[in-house]
Amino acid sequence: MTRIDSRPGEVIDRSKPIDFEWNGRRYDGFEGDTIVSALTAAGVRVFSRSFKYHRPRGILTASYHDPNLMVQVGEEPNVRAGHRRLEQGMSVSAQNVWPSLALDVKAANRYVGRFLTSGFYYKTFMSPRPLWPWYQKVLGRFAAGGRVAVDHKPARYDHRYAHPDVVVAGGGPAGMAAAISAAEEGASVMLIEEEHELGGHLRWGDGEDLAAAEELRSAVSQRPEIEVMTDAVVVGRYDHNWVAIAQRNAPGVEERLVHARAKSLVVAAGTIERPYVFEGNDLPGVMMSTAVCRLVNLYGVKPGERAVILTANESGDAAVRNLEEAGVDIIAVLDARRGQDLVKAAGRKVLSAVVDSGGKRHEADLLVTAVGWTSPTSLLNMAGDRPQYLPRAARFIPSSLPYDVLATGGLVGDGTTSQLVDHASAVGAEAARRASVVSSQWISAVPAAGPAPAPQTGEVELPALEPADHPEMFRASSHGFVDYSEDVTSKDLFAAAAEGYDSMELAKRYTTANMGPIQGKLEAVNAVAVHGEATGASLLETSTTTWRPPYAPVKLGTLAGRQYEPIRYSVIQPWHEANGAEPLVAGQWIRPDHYGDPVAEVNAVREGVGIIDVSPLGKIDLRGPDVPKLLEFVYVNKWSKLDVGKVRYGVMCNEDGVIFDDGVTGRLGPDHYMMSTTSGGAGGVWNWLDDWLQTGFPEWNVKMTAVTDGYASINVAGPKSRDLVGHLTEIDLDPGSFGYMNVRNGTVAGVPGCFLWRIGFTGELSYEIHVPAAYGLWVWERLLEKGEDLGVKPFGIEAQRIMRLEKGHFIVGQDTDGLTQAFGVGIDWAIKLDKPDFAGKPELSWQSERGHYPRLVAIQPEDPSLVPPESSQIISGDGIKGRITSARMSPTLGRSICLGQVDPDVAGAGSRLEIRLPNGTTAPARVLDHHSHFDPEGTRLRG
Amino acid sequence: MLVIICPHCGPRNSNEFSYQGEIVPRPSPDTDPATWRRYLYMRENVSGWQTERWFHVSGCRRFLDVERHTVTNEIGVVTQVGRRR
Repeated sequence: MTRIDSRPGEVIDRSKPIDFEWNGRRYDGFEGDTIVSALTAAGVRVFSRSFKYHRPRGILTASYHDPNLMVQVGEEPNVRAGHRRLEQGMSVSAQNVWPSLALDVKAANRYVGRFLTSGFYYKTFMSPRPLWPWYQKVLGRFAAGGRVAVDHKPARYDHRYAHPDVVVAGGGPAGMAAAISAAEEGASVMLIEEEHELGGHLRWGDGEDLAAAEELRSAVSQRPEIEVMTDAVVVGRYDHNWVAIAQRNAPGVEERLVHARAKSLVVAAGTIERPYVFEGNDLPGVMMSTAVCRLVNLYGVKPGERAVILTANESGDAAVRNLEEAGVDIIAVLDARRGQDLVKAAGRKVLSAVVDSGGKRHEADLLVTAVGWTSPTSLLNMAGDRPQYLPRAARFIPSSLPYDVLATGGLVGDGTTSQLVDHASAVGAEAARRASVVSSQWISAVPAAGPAPAPQTGEVELPALEPADHPEMFRASSHGFVDYSEDVTSKDLFAAAAEGYDSMELAKRYTTANMGPIQGKLEAVNAVAVHGEATGASLLETSTTTWRPPYAPVKLGTLAGRQYEPIRYSVIQPWHEANGAEPLVAGQWIRPDHYGDPVAEVNAVREGVGIIDVSPLGKIDLRGPDVPKLLEFVYVNKWSKLDVGKVRYGVMCNEDGVIFDDGVTGRLGPDHYMMSTTSGGAGGVWNWLDDWLQTGFPEWNVKMTAVTDGYASINVAGPKSRDLVGHLTEIDLDPGSFGYMNVRNGTVAGVPGCFLWRIGFTGELSYEIHVPAAYGLWVWERLLEKGEDLGVKPFGIEAQRIMRLEKGHFIVGQDTDGLTQAFGVGIDWAIKLDKPDFAGKPELSWQSERGHYPRLVAIQPEDPSLVPPESSQIISGDGIKGRITSARMSPTLGRSICLGQVDPDVAGAGSRLEIRLPNGTTAPARVLDHHSHFDPEGTRLRG
Repeated sequence: MLVIICPHCGPRNSNEFSYQGEIVPRPSPDTDPATWRRYLYMRENVSGWQTERWFHVSGCRRFLDVERHTVTNEIGVVTQVGRRR
């Protein structure tokens, strides 16, 4: 055990031991431990094998962003073990090792390392091309990362939408102070901290630091305006301060994505300690000063026995003090500020010695480096900032921020805790003020909102916070690892430069530096510095490394969240379900496909009477004196002379002449029309009409209401449909007065406010009854009850599709496509080019003049039993002439029937075609002289 | 996700709106094919401020003219089509 005596700031509870497993062996830790702190206390030094060379790796940062501490926890891969808290019974194992962490055969890569240079994979596995799948399979086994359980049990992920005035990213002293002062100014604040508790670097500081942290935490907790999220990270900042927060400990869910629309954003992300590049810098036992301070102060863990420290700053000095307090032998302190340095670290599997720049060898099992800081400017970059490199401080600082983004804390400069707090308090107050300005702008842009509250005036003056001087230290005189995640060394970067990759952006892609799971947080600056050294140009000053979201990994489930796609059912659905309807998914609607036997349903309609639930049909109520003008404009045919009580079929085209919807519209009263649309097109037509009414013809007096859900719609079809409907209504159904393409208002089955129209998608005499939705099920059941003597049967979509195909009625989107202009479907009679204007008219005029366009035709295969799959190619003579768009076996005709789009030269009646079948053979077919396979005269329809 | 300030509904996320794009005047239907197809397919694609059309389809269902800077996504004045503020 290497636990030391209790530390004042420790986060473990020594009274609560926890058992867990590491690579199949039992270990103990305490509540509050991370996986890594518990294992380190138990003497474990090696946690992973590296990506390419399978080198043993140990602690580097001991935080979330440690490249060497990714483990498998149960079924969950790639867990950050420097961050994840220990849980009772947790099963933790090393990943990317075979057969075990201690003996990893892939470590042989280490000895062939000189062959595994940059671009090795690109160069070696290029040819022969046919072997690519095999290469992929073999190399896949060498890829890093954990094991994904394919039968992973489903988990719940969630999204939340929040509208705080201010989001503060980072819960260190600056973040806390900014949140407090913003709240004091009246702002609502979200304070986001990546670690498990607020405090930042104060948590592993001295007594004064701990007291300051406690004071700030207590002030935060006394502010109800501040919502604190710990173990949560701001992963992205998007336009207009749309801030994405991954909340890892949200109750009841695996992980939650919070979408916060912040009126202002304060970035207080602190700094990240930067590793040093030298030979052996990845040996277990080589770690950074913040890792040491965390281990000793937060977890009471002694990170080694004999330590050498290379320090260039206060953090390194603090590590020396912490190690002394922990009883570690300090073998040597190399002070970079006095020109001291190291050359290399040595050891077989773990660190055993350090050689300093004077050539002196120090036996040690711990080497601590404190050579500088990287500014995690990600969120600032995402806000459009281009941070500038400041050589005297050896780090990047913000340069120009947008109005609604502010930065404070270590990102801006260095100072005592009280200097940081002073700056952050001013920034927080200013963030609150700017939020009030944004809020006021928003409200004043809405006339109905009334006068906007006056924004706070007087910009808050920010006290100076300057970055401290720091020596520039990136690489010692030896070569070592720059990118630990991707096993990229400084030698690789030199080699890339020698091969001509003189642009960092190219060298990065070639060597894959910065492209591992840590995404440049530790290695980006070193990579640029080393590349600059190799190309002889200091690139830091001109560097504009772009940090893109997400800042930290987000689970795919989190991005997906829960599905809230609406599902729509007709009001008659309970009956369908109770009567064995086979469901069909049609867009958002679930509809009955059939009730067991679609062919019997067809026969029932053709011979007697059937009813189908067509409630999803789009229905738009149109009122006003100018409705005919609107209809004239959006449909290709004429509408001005439609009498009250009449219905007309119409086709709608886009401005490019392509059909996008069809349906019938009836005139229910002098200034009252009801438009029906296809089920899938209801929303689109509604928007289309609104567009023309608002932007094209605002002077027209038309009132429009979408009433699709307001009516249940039932089509009663078959030769006995008149008898059936007659059982339920007083409306005069005599064909002499209520003929084909007529509409009547009235009462059906005692339900007033219905309208019925006589149309015939199925080709039969039929009445489509539209019933106020609340009575839809009632009327449906009355139809079945009163029609029992007539043998009424319900029928589904499949029977309707068979019958409409028998009749040759096309379906928009099935028999037409995104290029089908109106003349192509054989409705020339309906297209009125003599109207002065309508949507798509010019294109249709030119289509008509052109003459050469695909035609929709009825096709019958010579073999009556052959139903070609829809989309089968149609071939004639020298090439492809079109395709089958619909095909079914017709129960009425006892043969297969099709619709298809064909080129005009083979569209004539009697043309012979070949249909190409999936098995490669072709089947002969012929073109009919009209679309109807059945009852082309329409006598049944009009009866 | 942009914020568009609907003059009726207030500041709303842009996914409540349907983007209609640049405002292209509709030529006379008696025009020549080249002019008509410019209306159908050709857009200015400016880099900078433009007035474009958005439809508040999941809100008040009004068509709005929105001033937007196509590079910075800054939003200027938003007005209902055909109505002065």
